[in-house]
Amino acid sequence: MTSVAPAVAVVRTSTANLASVLTGLERLGCRVRTTADPGEVAVADRVVLPGVGAFAAAQRAIAAHGLADSLRERIERGRPTLGICLGMQLMALGSEEAPGVPGLGVLDGVVESYEPGEEGWRVPQMGWNLVTPDDGCGIVPRGHAYFANSYRLAAAPEGWLPVWSEYAGRFVAAVERGPVVGCQFHPELSGEYGRALLGRWLEA
Amino acid sequence: MLPVRIIPCLDVRDGRVVKGVRFRGLTDQGDPAALARAYEEQGADEVVVLDVTATPEGRGTRRDTVAAVRTRLSVPLTVGGGIGGVGDAAALLEAGADKVAVNTAALRRPELLTELAARYGSQCVVVSIDALRTVGGRVGGDDGERAAQWRNGPPPVGGRARQPRYEVVVRSGTERLARDAIAWAREAVDRGAGEILLTSIDRDGTRSGYELSLLRAVRSAVRVPIVASGGADSPGHMAEAVCAGADAVLAASIFHQGNWTVRAVKEALAVLGVAVRPDYQEARTP
Repeated sequence: MTSVAPAVAVVRTSTANLASVLTGLERLGCRVRTTADPGEVAVADRVVLPGVGAFAAAQRAIAAHGLADSLRERIERGRPTLGICLGMQLMALGSEEAPGVPGLGVLDGVVESYEPGEEGWRVPQMGWNLVTPDDGCGIVPRGHAYFANSYRLAAAPEGWLPVWSEYAGRFVAAVERGPVVGCQFHPELSGEYGRALLGRWLEA
Repeated sequence: MLPVRIIPCLDVRDGRVVKGVRFRGLTDQGDPAALARAYEEQGADEVVVLDVTATPEGRGTRRDTVAAVRTRLSVPLTVGGGIGGVGDAAALLEAGADKVAVNTAALRRPELLTELAARYGSQCVVVSIDALRTVGGRVGGDDGERAAQWRNGPPPVGGRARQPRYEVVVRSGTERLARDAIAWAREAVDRGAGEILLTSIDRDGTRSGYELSLLRAVRSAVRVPIVASGGADSPGHMAEAVCAGADAVLAASIFHQGNWTVRAVKEALAVLGVAVRPDYQEARTP
């Protein structure tokens, strides 16, 4: 850990459960601020794109503040960025939740709803599920993480290291590319497991 | 299936955790933030905070309690009590809730569930249903009583063993509505609720086990997760609830009064063959 407290800018999309994300980062000694300013998002050392909300509403907020280019650019350049839950879904091309609404497009895939099919699978997925990183992942550890989602990415996007989980079939629990991470689950709500993950991301 | 979630419930009044029997006779159980933290350390999968006096006294849930719990808690926090509209929900989420549980206001105006789901997603919207058991129009009646009907011989020809029905009650159990709880559960989910917090008011605080026929009836009506509430006294009761269709089990008295720790409950459930989330540190050691 560096001697200086890491500074983290948390993107304000107006729909997120900000307090959980902010206190989760503060507990690890971060200096945290919220922002909806494209310039700040472009230059910040670390950016979190949080996510409790609906895809279309969050994407509208990103567009209204002109944040899409700043987010896309810093992700393309490999600047430390963490998308959480809906924040990860917003990184994809789009979502079945909001047909016709484009995402940031840095993950080559479309977010799909769970098949209504099989008996016993509740939707939303709500609770702790085991996640297993592919070889080479350096930030997301193996363990149980907390999910609350009705949609997910089913296939690993090109150019990213996937972390897998199972819920009515295999799905992408997280993706990594250096210090850029997208988590379908909520590290800020995943107790000790989440603290370990956030700690590694802050050092990446 | 995911591991069953064990959820300690903090019933809060005036910034303190309280507990009663069938929603009456509340006694002090401690500080909400300290209890929440202790339960997380014991392995709680989630915590629920309910402002039990919010609706009867016409107050909003105390935001400072939610904020205090949030600073100590790093597992999910559901908050309910006195949520009258989208503005109340927004204030609670801002203060630190991850999910909001709506009860009376949703019955009065079911569109509220749709509005909340549109803004936050249905995984953020919990409908809290307090159900009262009636048999043949009369309040109460347990399965033992039904068996007693048979002890004196079979019911008269043309008659049949009377099945329990469940009626919705509101305002912390002080007001009965002539409304079927199962039908309401189905409607609430259709309108956007992503989880049901299902409380048997007959069992609340009695430690006589969850109301299993209520759980079965709601399970067959909806596909969202169900949190069983009211009556837990042992891991055996929790295992029964899981068999009846619960995805999570909520309990208050047994944890507050120190009869069981969350960890001990999980160990006992594992022995009974119910999957629980392992301790992260333990899971990492080879």
